[in-house]
Amino acid sequence: MTDVKLSKSSPDPAMPTDMRGSAIRDFLGRLVREHPMGAAGLLITLALLILGIFADLIAPFGLNETTSNFMSPPSGAHLLGTDNLGRDVFSRIIYGARISLVVGLCATALATFYSVLLGATSGFIGGRFDVIVQRFVDAWMAVPAIIMSLLLISVFGTGTIQTIIVISLALGVGGSRIVRGAVLSIKSNAYVEAGVAIGCSNGRILIRHILPNIAATVVTIFTLRISEAILMEAALSFLGLGLPPPNPSWGAMLSGTARNYMFLAPWMVLWPGIVLMTVVWGMNMFGDALRDLLDPKLRGGVGRFGRRAPKHTESEVERSHAK
Amino acid sequence: MPSNKVPSEDRRETVLEVKDLRTSFRTSTGIIKAVNGLSYDVKTSECVGIVGESGCGKSAGAMSILRLIPHPPGLIEGGEVLFFGEDLLKVTEKRMRNIRGNRIAMIFQDATTSLNPVLTVGLQLSESLEAHQGFSRSEAQQESARLLGLVGIPDASKRIEDYPHQFSGGMQQRIMIAMALACTPDLIIADEPTTALDVTVQAQVLELLQELRAELNMAVLIITHNLGVVARYVDRVNVMYAGSVVETGPTDQIYASPKHPYTIGLLASVPRLDGPTRENLRAIDGLPPDLAQLPEGCAFAARCAYAMERCSSEKPTMEKVGPEHFRACFYDLEKLSR
Repeated sequence: MTDVKLSKSSPDPAMPTDMRGSAIRDFLGRLVREHPMGAAGLLITLALLILGIFADLIAPFGLNETTSNFMSPPSGAHLLGTDNLGRDVFSRIIYGARISLVVGLCATALATFYSVLLGATSGFIGGRFDVIVQRFVDAWMAVPAIIMSLLLISVFGTGTIQTIIVISLALGVGGSRIVRGAVLSIKSNAYVEAGVAIGCSNGRILIRHILPNIAATVVTIFTLRISEAILMEAALSFLGLGLPPPNPSWGAMLSGTARNYMFLAPWMVLWPGIVLMTVVWGMNMFGDALRDLLDPKLRGGVGRFGRRAPKHTESEVERSHAK
Repeated sequence: MPSNKVPSEDRRETVLEVKDLRTSFRTSTGIIKAVNGLSYDVKTSECVGIVGESGCGKSAGAMSILRLIPHPPGLIEGGEVLFFGEDLLKVTEKRMRNIRGNRIAMIFQDATTSLNPVLTVGLQLSESLEAHQGFSRSEAQQESARLLGLVGIPDASKRIEDYPHQFSGGMQQRIMIAMALACTPDLIIADEPTTALDVTVQAQVLELLQELRAELNMAVLIITHNLGVVARYVDRVNVMYAGSVVETGPTDQIYASPKHPYTIGLLASVPRLDGPTRENLRAIDGLPPDLAQLPEGCAFAARCAYAMERCSSEKPTMEKVGPEHFRACFYDLEKLSR
């Protein structure tokens, strides 16, 4: 038995070499079959990613490039029309995707980090420490997120980095409550006790046994929070407290002068609004689907992401369903 | 209990000696004395059983050995747990961590919930190897495959990549055993290892445990309410009632001539295949005492058919009734013939 070669780096010869590729393919297959809305969400999210990353190549005009056509309705030259300063709305929305993406991802990543740090330590250590941390979180959550961010903005000032920090703080502290709840429920499991019984240290229990078990929760918080962060950035920009004016933030495009021209040139506010709504919907759908698919108890097939069992079993399952 | 001494003819080393262990839980209804003056010992490569009905403190006693009682509400109030002479109740938490899994391993009742669902079996098997023996990840994986093969799981080197839910209940319990064996401990505490399994698998698991015990020369402490398990696999039995041992002795002696009324009742309540078929099951009348308000005298007195006046006021101590056979009862030995 000891001669059996086994390690992560040298995969079992019996397993196909393209296991990783097929795992992703299977995951996508399940996404499409079981969560079509989630698949639509993934497409929207991918579209946002591509628009954000390749904004310079895709956008037909520069982000602040003015033309002589003021407030022209959607046409061949300006797909989504132009605004009151003659800027191409389509291009600005594409550049806006980049801002939403950067702010959304960075703020959410930071927020998730705070949530896990605060929630996991609070729930795992427990006792008096937990009580103190949770009363602080209570007090924090008593103030609405948007008001809390206005307060924080007044402390940190405006700008991209400040916006990211403010949004992450506003979302992260509240999220710790969810993480704490998950940690508490995992902590009471027999396998945590079994871990103690084989001599694991507290740190090992937390990292090896508890964190992987709350991964599904964390991923869900992350994906659902991205859309919240994007909305929040839009809200702050709408209030004039997000990114400073020439930046093509979707929220900013909805506010300020745009509102004055809303009835003359509805496309100026309509398109950013629709795009914002679509992206938020898509991310929520994808987040939901991800949560379902990542749940190890709902995981079908064999192994991570439902690695495919021998072919016949699947058709057998389908047949038994059909009966 | 001073009378519970190791007889001189037995030269084997004592692995574990529990002396007057007391563990209680503070709850809103009062202090529950789950373990109340528990004493027993386990010698090298011996299989010792602890039997008793639900709630008599079997598991709490076992958990106290490894200091796994959650505090609060639980508290180990006193006594000694001597592991090769070292009092485990006094050592530092760091030393304790080094003993858990390495020198004393535990097999839990319900393997299904005792395995982490999101980690592969291989990872969980290699955990104590990495923690105690300084194995690298790949060495530990190889060793895990060997352990899994040892407990009779086919195709072990492939199956270490699988998750717990891909195994059956019996296989999961085997995996728990493999985890316990990882560091070849001196003592394995099996807390109702077969309760969650069906009868055929129970036998397999216990058979496996016995084989491995002989092979690896470990002592095993089996905690169970299943008298059948005890009869077949255990060298010595400790019968527990309301947090302490009421009778202890070699298995065949306890079965052939039990000397404590509780043991007698316990054995009489086991249905027999060779007995009359339409007979009612015999039970011990009454309920175990409230552990928050233990009586002053013998805890079993209220349910005991042989109870005397003395029983309700005075607590009986262990008395010798045969070679290695002790009981805690006042009733006249001669009259106790069944």
